[in-house]
Amino acid sequence: MKEKLTGRLGWAAGVACFALGMGAGTLPASAAEELRIGFLAPLTGPFAQIGKDMANGFQLYLDEAGGSFAGAKVTFVVEDGEGKPPVNVRKAEKLIRQDKVHMFIGGLLASTGYALAPVSTRQKTVYVSSIAAADDLTQRDSAKYPYMVRTGWTSSQPSHPFGQWACEQGYKKIVTVAADYAFGYEVVGGFQKAFEDCGGRIIQKMWPPLGTKDFGPFIPQIKKDADAIFTLMVGPMALQLPKQLKDAGNKKPVIGGGTSYDEYVLPSMGDEVVGHVSALQYSAAIDTPKNAAFVKKYRSKYGKVPSYYSESNYTTAQMIHEVLKKTGGKWPGAEKFVKMMSEIRIDAVRGPVRLDEMRNPVQNIYIKKVEKKKLHGYPQDELWNTVIKTYPAVGQFWKYGKADFLKQPVYSRDYPPCKYCE
Amino acid sequence: MKSRRNILIVIAALLALAIITPFSSSYVITLITHALVFAILAMSLDLLLGYTGLPSLGQAAYLGMGAYLTAILASNYGFGLGWSFWAVILLGMLLGAATAAFFGLFAIRATGVYFLMITLALGMCVWGLAYRWNSLTGGDNGINLPPRPEFGISLANDVTFFYVVFGFFVFTLATLYVLVRSPFGRTLEGIRERELRMRILGYNTWLHKYIAYIIAGAFGGLAGVLWAQMNGLVSPEDVILTTSVDALLMVVLGGPGTLVGGAIGAAVVTFLRDYLSTLVHWWQYVLGGVYVLTILYLPGGLIGIPERVRNWRVRRGRKAAVPSH
Repeated sequence: MKEKLTGRLGWAAGVACFALGMGAGTLPASAAEELRIGFLAPLTGPFAQIGKDMANGFQLYLDEAGGSFAGAKVTFVVEDGEGKPPVNVRKAEKLIRQDKVHMFIGGLLASTGYALAPVSTRQKTVYVSSIAAADDLTQRDSAKYPYMVRTGWTSSQPSHPFGQWACEQGYKKIVTVAADYAFGYEVVGGFQKAFEDCGGRIIQKMWPPLGTKDFGPFIPQIKKDADAIFTLMVGPMALQLPKQLKDAGNKKPVIGGGTSYDEYVLPSMGDEVVGHVSALQYSAAIDTPKNAAFVKKYRSKYGKVPSYYSESNYTTAQMIHEVLKKTGGKWPGAEKFVKMMSEIRIDAVRGPVRLDEMRNPVQNIYIKKVEKKKLHGYPQDELWNTVIKTYPAVGQFWKYGKADFLKQPVYSRDYPPCKYCE
Repeated sequence: MKSRRNILIVIAALLALAIITPFSSSYVITLITHALVFAILAMSLDLLLGYTGLPSLGQAAYLGMGAYLTAILASNYGFGLGWSFWAVILLGMLLGAATAAFFGLFAIRATGVYFLMITLALGMCVWGLAYRWNSLTGGDNGINLPPRPEFGISLANDVTFFYVVFGFFVFTLATLYVLVRSPFGRTLEGIRERELRMRILGYNTWLHKYIAYIIAGAFGGLAGVLWAQMNGLVSPEDVILTTSVDALLMVVLGGPGTLVGGAIGAAVVTFLRDYLSTLVHWWQYVLGGVYVLTILYLPGGLIGIPERVRNWRVRRGRKAAVPSH
């Protein structure tokens, strides 16, 4: 045993040499008329399907543009963030150091967004948050992240109009069941604030952990006197809850955050979700020629209906393209790029999009109802998120005004406090 | 004789690493630094697994303690951003040791699978705290650290930070090496081989194991402090079971009971995870394959390869020599 204590470490030297060899593939610091874009998405683990939707959306636009934006050849590097914030940070460092990207895009979970934004500040590299919806990135912490632009949404953005919509339906008491992490808190928080401001009451809040598959412990606790159930599910969770609610004999209306019924999961759902209502800035069922064309293109290429994950990244690519059109294909530098990007106004697939002064989109919010029908000329009956009401040009502060809104703390597990919970 | 040669090889490898690294690309430097931090964690675990025969599945807990301590001190109190970095190192080790001293009271009574399960449960407790104690740990979002400390030298510089981590790695390796060669370390090996006999010989085996557990916790805490500074982010994902399992696999992969085996394992796993994953999407199969093959064919870990090759050549040489006699 004694002889083995130290071992033979020619191996360590070998590994070190291997390490050196890997460095050899590094790109030059700046090549003319080339745009290097890094993309972070979960390609393994429970969120892998969403990750593919994200990357496919961007890739679709890139292919349409012929692989180059206004003459700049686009090098598109996709990295697997595994849906874990620390891994995303390491992969972002890899993209910046090894691939020398001009910007990195993506990140799925809100916690990942909170982890990636400081990397952009530290490395002075543009971060385009196309999906990660963590509120504070473009609210209270916005000044800390001068190299960050958001092309997606803030978690609470669709929730504010949705809360008001819920009042209009005559709901008085609502129970929330939401994934237990920042995104869940913010979606529920926004809904609760708007709903209670117009006279509704949240009477119970439940927080199953992210990735819960068995809602058995939660469903029986749902208060009997609630008028509706508000759910916020992410990833595979979204499939399970409606099924288990139905099996438990639930008769209450079910409404939810956009990710509970988004198209990444909708085709795998059954009739149990028909009639459920959710709110988001995109639906594959938006009845515009632009969206119909997008859905058809996407579906013929990837074999499935695009989700908001795809649309958001498609639109992100479009916005970047618009900036480069103005610069004639030249990279304007990180600061200039962020400034130009925030001035872009486009007519996107999801509708008109512009960015507010805190670099978050102002866009339509759609209230959507799951219906089984034929759409966009497809022959079979399918589940679609039919738009039943559109709130145009909704910003992240809704009707509260920026100054007043920013005075309150960020939505969390404890804010707004549950005044009507017993 | 042989042991002295091995020490020379290790020193040569370390020197080579210290000299070559600064000339690598900046991403490779961070990868090597990453591997070194995990090597410290793996070596601390090797003290338990390889020398004392205690398979701990909770080593991430001490990494977590060190990392969260660093993050909380830095972001809430602005402490540890200058010379006080050294105080944080010390505090991190102390906190790791204190946590281990507390957990050890529960864990050390058990052996084998039961020890594995208790340490797993204790590790999950720390994860639960990190995930749930929102006001202190930021919950699922974790804590972003301010820029790395500066005290004459700036740790924000990757090469400087590499040398600091390298220094701690050498310190850990040397300390643990001296420790396992001491009578105390010999006693641990005795406990691993046959605890009953050691007890009959009059050793307080519980106390020996307890002390080893605390020392492992202290170095786990050290790895945690460095890990927090390395990533600039501390998240519950760092403390999750996977990290403990990784540490365990690093030791098993490299070769338990060798210290440097853990370092080799850390290097291999880090490069597969963080580098191969940037090249191919099926990197997890490679990682799995490496684990399975190592356990099936190299029970002594990767570090046993040279000896196997030598034995094989000797055997072949002997066979070839037979007819001529």
